[in-house]
Amino acid sequence: MATKEDLIRLERPNSYIGRNLTRSRARRAVAGRGQYTDDVLMPRTAHAAFVRSPYAKARIMRIDTAAAKEQPGVLLVMTGAELAERCTEPWVGTLTCFDGMKSAPQYPMAVDLAVWHGEPVVMVVAETRAEAEDACELVEIEWEPLPPVAEKETALRPGGPVVHPAIADNLAFRKTIDTGKVDEAFANADIVIEETFEFGRHTAVSLEPRALLADYDKGTQRLTIWTSSQCPHMIQAVFARTLGVPEHNVRIVAPDVGGSFGLKIHTFGDEVAATAAAMALGRPVKFIADRLESFVSDIHARENRVKGRIALSKEGVIQAVDIDVLSGAGAYSQYPRTSVFEANQILNITAGPYNHKEYRARATVVYMNKVPTSQYRAVGHPIGNSVGEALVDLAAEAVGQDPVEFRRRNVIPDEAFPTTIAAGIKLQDMSHTACIDELMKRMDYDALRAEQAVLRRQGIHRGIGIAAFIKGTAPGPSGYYGIGGAPIASQDACTIKLEPSGGVLCMVGVTDQGQGVDTVMGQIAANALGVSMESIRVISGDTDAVPYGGGTYASRATAIGGEATYQAALALRAEILVLAGVLLQAEPATLDIVDGIVVDAGTETPRIPLSEIGRIGHFQVAELPNDVKPVLSATRRFRLTDDLYIFTNGIHGAYLEVDPDTGFIKLLKHWVVEDCGRVINPMLADEQVRGGCVQGLGGALYEHCIYDDAAQLQNGTLADYRVPMAFEMPDIEVAHVQNPTTISDLGAKGVGESGTGAAPAVVMNAVNDALRPFKARVTCQPMTPEAVLRALGKV
Amino acid sequence: MKAPRFSYVRAESLEQVFELLKQYGEDARILAGGQSLIPTLNMRLSQPAILIDINRLDMLKGISAGDGAVRIGALARHAEVAESPVIAARLPLIAAAMPHVAHVAVRNRGTFGGSVALADPAAEMPACVLALGGTLVVAGARGRREIAAEDFFRGLYETAREPDEILVEVRVPTEAPGTVSVFLELAQRHGDFAIAGLACHARIEGDTVADARLVYFASEDRPRLAKGAMAALAGKAWNDGTRAAVIGALTDDLDPMTNLDGGAAMKLHLQRVLTGRALDAAVAQARAA
Amino acid sequence: MTMNTEDTAEITCTVNGERVTRTVRVRQHLVDFLRGELQLTGSHLGCEHGICGACSVRVGGVVVRGCLMLAVQADGAEIVTIEGLTDSEEVADLQENFVARNALQCGFCTPGMLMTAAELLASGRPASREQIREFLSGNFCRCTGYHAIVDAVEATLRQRLEG
Repeated sequence: MATKEDLIRLERPNSYIGRNLTRSRARRAVAGRGQYTDDVLMPRTAHAAFVRSPYAKARIMRIDTAAAKEQPGVLLVMTGAELAERCTEPWVGTLTCFDGMKSAPQYPMAVDLAVWHGEPVVMVVAETRAEAEDACELVEIEWEPLPPVAEKETALRPGGPVVHPAIADNLAFRKTIDTGKVDEAFANADIVIEETFEFGRHTAVSLEPRALLADYDKGTQRLTIWTSSQCPHMIQAVFARTLGVPEHNVRIVAPDVGGSFGLKIHTFGDEVAATAAAMALGRPVKFIADRLESFVSDIHARENRVKGRIALSKEGVIQAVDIDVLSGAGAYSQYPRTSVFEANQILNITAGPYNHKEYRARATVVYMNKVPTSQYRAVGHPIGNSVGEALVDLAAEAVGQDPVEFRRRNVIPDEAFPTTIAAGIKLQDMSHTACIDELMKRMDYDALRAEQAVLRRQGIHRGIGIAAFIKGTAPGPSGYYGIGGAPIASQDACTIKLEPSGGVLCMVGVTDQGQGVDTVMGQIAANALGVSMESIRVISGDTDAVPYGGGTYASRATAIGGEATYQAALALRAEILVLAGVLLQAEPATLDIVDGIVVDAGTETPRIPLSEIGRIGHFQVAELPNDVKPVLSATRRFRLTDDLYIFTNGIHGAYLEVDPDTGFIKLLKHWVVEDCGRVINPMLADEQVRGGCVQGLGGALYEHCIYDDAAQLQNGTLADYRVPMAFEMPDIEVAHVQNPTTISDLGAKGVGESGTGAAPAVVMNAVNDALRPFKARVTCQPMTPEAVLRALGKV
Repeated sequence: MKAPRFSYVRAESLEQVFELLKQYGEDARILAGGQSLIPTLNMRLSQPAILIDINRLDMLKGISAGDGAVRIGALARHAEVAESPVIAARLPLIAAAMPHVAHVAVRNRGTFGGSVALADPAAEMPACVLALGGTLVVAGARGRREIAAEDFFRGLYETAREPDEILVEVRVPTEAPGTVSVFLELAQRHGDFAIAGLACHARIEGDTVADARLVYFASEDRPRLAKGAMAALAGKAWNDGTRAAVIGALTDDLDPMTNLDGGAAMKLHLQRVLTGRALDAAVAQARAA
Repeated sequence: MTMNTEDTAEITCTVNGERVTRTVRVRQHLVDFLRGELQLTGSHLGCEHGICGACSVRVGGVVVRGCLMLAVQADGAEIVTIEGLTDSEEVADLQENFVARNALQCGFCTPGMLMTAAELLASGRPASREQIREFLSGNFCRCTGYHAIVDAVEATLRQRLEG
């Protein structure tokens, strides 16, 4: 535990906390010296490619691999059935914490029934990827196409097609949150507003696709996998179990990761297959998903239809909110994290900033013959926030209030926390009011409204959007992964060591995908220890090197991993001071460490440098009394105890222009004020928010996995699946209200998803603000030109 | 996503190209800038027996002005066309369209001839060549042919070029004094293929549109010369009545196709919006001149 | 005439100032050659269909999509990759600004982004933020949201013009 003095050190003006340090990984990447999985070279590496199902649902009648096996360079052809024999048991993507949830058993590749367009069916391993692809074309498969489940709206219809015979109703999961008097509140309300919202499917499109290089050493029975992953220990556990290799014999290394966004917290059948091939062949096998197969095999997300209602008093006080979510999962619930978190999060967070007492939220998650869905940056939040904030805007309009004023009156005031919101979740350390105040200043809101009015008279239709949010970060073990049974650590850890030179090694379970986790952990450790950043090396992403941890997901790296690092560094500091006390004949409490030197506390008179402590502690231990046994290393773990999540909050503003003739939307400016608690590195935090915003803006305006009636993906190329590019994106102003969480000593809440979670909501609100004179409203995302024109009644 | 096997020839003369085209016919592909061909190879959407690389054929290069027309060699890169003072001075329509063509790296390598010969219905250059009444020069073992742009674009990626012919140059009449050009397109992201577009070349006298060529692209299987709209415009003052007549005529002129960007109705709507905007701009340009 | 009905052909080209001769598969694109044969792994593959720009390299003095050119076509060409661009220090200021401004996160797009931005800087012309955004609009970055990239390019341009 941190002492009062420790906490004071966090606030010191020259502290590493709150300072914009650059990243050493960035310095490497700009020189083209990054090392991603595909850059790892092993002698005699073979390359895997996959034959994937061309049908959304089809029975495999016969597979003939003879011609493929004869192709030049081919080393191995393996069918789904052959792979299944090498695996212990199929995956079942359920968690026990989700009552009544069902999912069908899933093998890494389809065995006799393919259930989505893109499911891997046969693997070819050859000397080169090109040769493997050549041979894939010669694998003959006789298919019996079957009618697929193509739409979530009809998936539950009795007598319709089913995804899996064993799940006759296509129902994955149902859940309801109900405060009990919702119907009464609606019946007694002065005003009730209803709307239905549609959200298209997205996928993560990390620029570096999924990538894996597996090597099995038969002598030592060591399986080493280099893979572009956010969660090395989870991959270790799942691959070990699936392939029947003892977990401690599996080493997972995540080199530089070229973007992940939740995609790379999952396990994928093709990656297991490639690993099985390495074990079968005794040669390293590399699998780099190409962009086309990424679109049909990376997890998808966001496909939801939500009916929402809001009940108001005529004074404009929210009385109740009621939502009904229909969530379109894929063919399996994604193992081991499930495909129902998204719906669950929508229920948890919709209208979460507000003070209403009555809330009912129902979710129905259905299976379809589409790519499995799972966690993608800000899971569920873009949907819940879009729905909640659209309803709030409609409510403000209905009572003739400015949307900001309406929010001011209806948010839970800062001084009311801790409190339990209508969804039944305890929240603390929230700052809605402070964030609104800061946003108004940053936007110069009144001036913007005045400009909007002037331009409107000139036929220029600009919209101003506002969207408040709460964001669940850093999940604890009492919620999902711990209690639900998945092999995913929700605590995290840091081992920190003083080396003989006085240098410090800091090994962390959380991982760095470019957010700057290594730098931030270094800043935390340097502050807590009292050493310079230059004397610390942070090591992450290697299960052989780091203590067991969950990795990076759900904005947890700084919140959980940072606290573990903080506590580990404080523990090492304490040991160093004890040792220094022995050497200096001083009370440890009278000593401090500043810039790598033990000093007298208060006067900062130098006494002994850490290099001396390291030298004596490791080499000259004979100088020490026999009962002094230096370890010079500490490991600390941190987890949430009573809380489901650490929650953050914030508010977005958007300014944009809609062309009512073409339906085109031009983004002009975007603002975010958010409260991620203590900010360790403001520049890195800002860039998390900016990048996250643009990811949300992509979903709001462009991104959409379009399926046809036969459940075939229609736009699985980067030309047709439109991601946001530089020209259309706005400048984004970011500010922080710092209200440290009381859940940890460090006080960091997590920042990685606060942009993505509310950007779609604020843009939808801004578009509808622009369309207000036309009495038109867009309620679907992506908000394509056609959607806008349709709302305007022009097509 | 690796290309399938094919043979490769770096052609050193046109005669060699003719010979190979005769020999391989539709199994051969001409590799110019490769900005459309190589993606289809990488995606294995196309499996030609042989690629004929024409990038070293100097006679296909260059941009030059001659008697009333500009010759654009089939191998002129988009970037060259974009930077060319000849194009800027004599073919302002093409100069205006060029910034809409993809992105810098693609413009550095992609060729004018390749774009025209491929005839992607959403591409800018075929529409411009048609709007300016250009002539496509193709050549093969059987000789050279000149094909008017109006006869060249025949359907989705379909042109009047025979499999044993190669497009060698495009001749575009210099835009006459007193004419104006407007190029408009709607693309969701800068550099994307358009979802609607219009290349307009007009002679405007006072408030009267003496005549105009309107070519719509990105809404159907080929760039379309809108003859009905052009007739409704010819000799008319640009006013609300003319606007309505021209926009109305598009119903018959155009046959928009539904695609992932939207339905036929949206495409027609957008082309109508562009029509009004283009002619407003053309009239304004003429006034300013 | 270079007629090749074989799977391979010999090429000689200059890569980052070094002359290299290799036998390449004629179907191999330039970046697979650079990465696989020359182990210049700074050029990345993000889509292999010419959209993402991660593979951008300089050929004959201009930036091109490395995935949309065959290695065999590079015979006789001068090629510069991010490794060569770095060694020449041509954009050392830009790289410094990228680091200082945190204009990259995962770094996968960064080599391509720098190759493209280098062409804008080389033109010596001033550019507004909007023009910078337009110039970079063929390079996909999933991490940064572009704002910091535009800042870094803008700062470099300004420093050079004020230079």
